[in-house]
Amino acid sequence: MREITLSRAVNEAIAEEMRRDPAIFLIGEDVAEAGTPFKVLSGLVEEFGTERIIDTPISEPGFMGMAVGAAMTGSRPIVDLMFGDFIFLVMDQLCNQAAKTHYMSGGKLKVPLVLRTNLGATRRSAAQHSQSLHALVAHIPGLKVALPSSAYEAKGLLKTAIRDDNPVVIFEDKLMYNDKAPVPEEEYLLPFGKAEILRQGKDVTLVGTSSMVQVCRKAADLLAADGISAEVIDPRTIVPLDEDTIVGSAKKTSRAIVVDEGHQNFGVTAEIAARIADKAFYYLDNPVQRMGAMDVPVPFSPALEDLTVPTPEQVAERARRLCRGEI
Amino acid sequence: MAARKSKANTEAYLRMYRQMARIRAFEDNANQLYLSAKMPGLTHMYSGQEAVAVGICEALTSDDKITSTHRGHGHCVAKGAEFRQMFCELLGKAEGYCRGKGGSMHIADQANGNLGANAIVGGSMGIATGSALTAKRQGTGHVTVCFFGDGATAQGVWYEVMNMAALWKLPIIYACENNGYSEYTKTAEIAAGSLTARAEAFGIDSFTVDGQDVLAVNDLAQTLVARCRKGEGPFFVELETYRYHGHHVGDINRDYYRTKDEEADWKKHRDPIVNFGKWLIGQKIVTPDELVSMDNEVRADAEAAVQYALEAPYPDVREVDMHVFAEGA
Repeated sequence: MREITLSRAVNEAIAEEMRRDPAIFLIGEDVAEAGTPFKVLSGLVEEFGTERIIDTPISEPGFMGMAVGAAMTGSRPIVDLMFGDFIFLVMDQLCNQAAKTHYMSGGKLKVPLVLRTNLGATRRSAAQHSQSLHALVAHIPGLKVALPSSAYEAKGLLKTAIRDDNPVVIFEDKLMYNDKAPVPEEEYLLPFGKAEILRQGKDVTLVGTSSMVQVCRKAADLLAADGISAEVIDPRTIVPLDEDTIVGSAKKTSRAIVVDEGHQNFGVTAEIAARIADKAFYYLDNPVQRMGAMDVPVPFSPALEDLTVPTPEQVAERARRLCRGEI
Repeated sequence: MAARKSKANTEAYLRMYRQMARIRAFEDNANQLYLSAKMPGLTHMYSGQEAVAVGICEALTSDDKITSTHRGHGHCVAKGAEFRQMFCELLGKAEGYCRGKGGSMHIADQANGNLGANAIVGGSMGIATGSALTAKRQGTGHVTVCFFGDGATAQGVWYEVMNMAALWKLPIIYACENNGYSEYTKTAEIAAGSLTARAEAFGIDSFTVDGQDVLAVNDLAQTLVARCRKGEGPFFVELETYRYHGHHVGDINRDYYRTKDEEADWKKHRDPIVNFGKWLIGQKIVTPDELVSMDNEVRADAEAAVQYALEAPYPDVREVDMHVFAEGA
């Protein structure tokens, strides 16, 4: 199978969907000729024109709010938010407006929009361009949250998001834009709420999201060298969350570590660990472990920044201690 | 009252009078529901501002869109809503426009183009502008009116969306109902410069109109709606008006920010319904008796709808987690 970058996969997903449905348009800062700072959207404006690939002023609440209204009236907007950190700027439009409109209207109004943005530290971009803020939106009823971990998932999940009748926030790992993976030529969609078991194992379950999927896979390789068999699960979407697959795996292995690049406090690791503890408690040999980003603003200095994100070595070491009964 | 002698528009005049009377009757009943502790929560009265909603919505078709505010009952009635479903919504009943899930501050009536009231001040400015973007992109010819109060002009998002609306010539009318008060504060104390100048800075044609004069409002709205349909939007209109009640129904003791004399003066001299009624009689479009009978009919309708809503069932408890997500794609 051919291999393409995550960036290319996103570009293909948008182009295919826009060819299929004229109600779709894309709106955001520097999305047209510039194709975004990461060049993810390069070429789209040539095919679809500035009527459908719409450059905006630097006005995140404004264009986010407009996307909500456009979605309520028959359009299907894709909003490009240049950095995940800017999600704080659009919180009212996203969480008070988009997320609640269907419910508040008793099911009469729909808001079919996609907010594409990114996450991930260790790019030396400091505290306001490095955050992983998906837990914030996952907390709000009415929003779906997708976390692709490869080019293959990025394309399949984005196409599903675009066809969903609800607001969907999709976070891409900005460090993975140039990472290649096998992606079929033919069309495919990936369902929401269906986790992928990337590696079968029997001693410990590693649940990793987005950027942490690769970390968990590498940790599993390290563990295999020690004779520890790790099962690696990628939830793909955290809203909806495939609790059955995660809990089923924890019951099977009796041990679980949840790894996510959001801050650990009150984050995705807390939610998933709690669900495992609730549903698999009597099957567990050890307490469920959580490994999130350190609860500090992301520091600039490489010497400090690298300390804040879980590494394969750290995950493997936690798993070894878990299997030895030290935790 | 705007100079208009023709009787050709008799039907429209009577419809506008009736709609204003309906709003007043709705609000008087809503206020009574609150005062008699029959309504959950609070509500914000539109009384005094009727000519704004009616004058503008009379210029719209049911396909044209509006966005509304926390003080939104007037917009909802003027855009064509029915009393029964509105009172049911205010009381949290299953037959409400939003099945009781929205309440007073979130009534939406999409069948008549009302995209919903909004409890965030300025919260609908983006939505309205996005609705206009859909109209422009899809070439529907629909116009969107974004209603908001003077208080909302302090929200930054307005300047963002006005900029884009002007850049992209969107068919939208930003209708600022200036009732002089931002919640519990005189707007004059918190707004620098002039409101129209703010819109003009974006190259947007801006107008100020007497918001108590339904014909003046309607004349201007007709002109601007027609220009929007020709691609000449966006526009900004400041409508000078007055809210008779406090910020909400529970805001009773308000001497600290507004005098009783001021309120009495507006009610005595500038009531939009009384003044329009006098004009209709003066023009011999209607007799005093006919107006009284229309008022009585509207009041009876409102009271019957209240009674209906009071007796209507609440939603089934199984509805609590329905409509979090839309089904299917």
